[in-house]
Amino acid sequence: MTQTAAYDVNAIRKDFPILGEKVHNKPLIYLDNAATTQKPRVVVDRISEIYARKNSNIHRGVHYLSTRLTDEYEKAREEVRHFIHAKHNHEIIFTNGTTHSINAVAYSFGERFIREGDEVIISEMEHHANIVPWQVVCERKKAHLKVLPFNDQGELMVGELEKMISPKTKMLAVNHVSNSLGTINDMKKVIGIAHRYDLPVLVDGAQSIQHQEIDVQKMDCDFYVFSGHKVYGPNGAGVLYGKEKWLEEMPPYQTGGEMIQKVTFEGTTYNELPFKFEAGTPNYVGAIGTAEALKYLKKTGIKAIAQYEEDLMQYTTQRLKEIPGLTIYGTARNKINVFSFLMEGIHHYDTGMVLDKMGIAVRTGHHCTEPLMKHFNIEGTVRASLAMYNTRDEIDRLHDALLKVKEMFG
Amino acid sequence: MTIDEKQQEIIEEFSMFDDWMDKYNYLIELSNDMPEMDPKSKTEDNLIEGCQSKVWLDAKTEGDKLVFTADSDAIITKGIIALLIRVLSGQKPEDIKNADLYFIDEIGLKENLSPTRSNGLLAMVNKIKAYAMAYELKQNK
Repeated sequence: MTQTAAYDVNAIRKDFPILGEKVHNKPLIYLDNAATTQKPRVVVDRISEIYARKNSNIHRGVHYLSTRLTDEYEKAREEVRHFIHAKHNHEIIFTNGTTHSINAVAYSFGERFIREGDEVIISEMEHHANIVPWQVVCERKKAHLKVLPFNDQGELMVGELEKMISPKTKMLAVNHVSNSLGTINDMKKVIGIAHRYDLPVLVDGAQSIQHQEIDVQKMDCDFYVFSGHKVYGPNGAGVLYGKEKWLEEMPPYQTGGEMIQKVTFEGTTYNELPFKFEAGTPNYVGAIGTAEALKYLKKTGIKAIAQYEEDLMQYTTQRLKEIPGLTIYGTARNKINVFSFLMEGIHHYDTGMVLDKMGIAVRTGHHCTEPLMKHFNIEGTVRASLAMYNTRDEIDRLHDALLKVKEMFG
Repeated sequence: MTIDEKQQEIIEEFSMFDDWMDKYNYLIELSNDMPEMDPKSKTEDNLIEGCQSKVWLDAKTEGDKLVFTADSDAIITKGIIALLIRVLSGQKPEDIKNADLYFIDEIGLKENLSPTRSNGLLAMVNKIKAYAMAYELKQNK
């Protein structure tokens, strides 16, 4: 196939040292990429280089190391801006991850813009990280949380959105790609509707940034958040992108060093963007590591990755469908390489345990999306989530392993 | 048989198995052979919610002994429950309370009782021991 010929997956696999590991004496087949992705050597090396040769606290040093690392940290911000096509560097805030980013917006935006009787809309397919922070802000502000449903294919019922929006609606928070179903939501359409009513939109990009090109300006989202570790970067680092007009208006949600301009015991004035939202010593190693991962993706070609993954998705869907009694949850027309499934009469935990013994890493359970599981009236699923380095051969082995599971429990 | 004798018995049974597949198949067998738990005992109170699998545990007294029945919605978990019940049910509360369940480690299933697994099994063992302690307290009053 021409599109995969250009994309040398075997060469890419060599960039990821962990893929050569064995588990229970079997070659590791890592299919838990929606939980976290593995790291290419360039990222591991970059982190190790900082700790070995360059470490210093940033933004406050007069000395050489501090100045140099501050410079690299700011270059990382520039790299992120470029990767997601944001307008300004100061619209990129480094956080600890997606959960941190959403909590920051929920708190800070909530403080400034959400009043008693107001409404926040989320969707039925959200990760708990994009549910609970909004529940808490609604509780604090005596506001109401409304839920946009999805259909049985796992597609958002965008047609319902317009009916749900009222003058009291202050925020729409929705994931770009569902971590449990793999659905790619039509953000242009969703945001288009919301913006007709001047409703800002937060996009949870935790599962989209690693699979497709992101252009926050074209998408026109008001906030876009993601984690470094799901995009082949280090864990404990994440990004909050926000349009300048919102970030300028929002108060700091954490206070301390770095985020101040002037402190006296009578009062404090805050630093400008982005520092106003980066209190304390930031995870500069994580931020620089994340930027290194984005550089790696850019070099490989995000379009080529997306094409390869699309091809692998078709193949995986077909192979899974060959297994009698297997149900896939999430059959949206537009989706990524996430396969939530159950085999008839077999508990997801049993399936996962047996796959583990065969060296295949999957996740089982509700994947932090309990309301989504409730929609399908199930307790959980087995989830195989693929990444840029998975292969057809691995999918064949998954297929055979599932037949073995069926034989054992069926 | 004492708790330790039963543990020894299980260790010997498992020593026949060469690989994990045989062990798991045996656990599936144990699970299928386990007497059905009375549906009336599968109450909210008796439910131990693991993140991964559900476990139900019921306890009653027979003379000076504690008798347990249990169930799970996952088969492997249920198979391990069968082993735990075999070792701990029908024993004296004092022995249950002090039991060192080394057999799980010996038969290579230790990971299933790890707090990180959240399959309900560790919580079940803790609850069994709590029943034993509560019973002892009641007796000593």
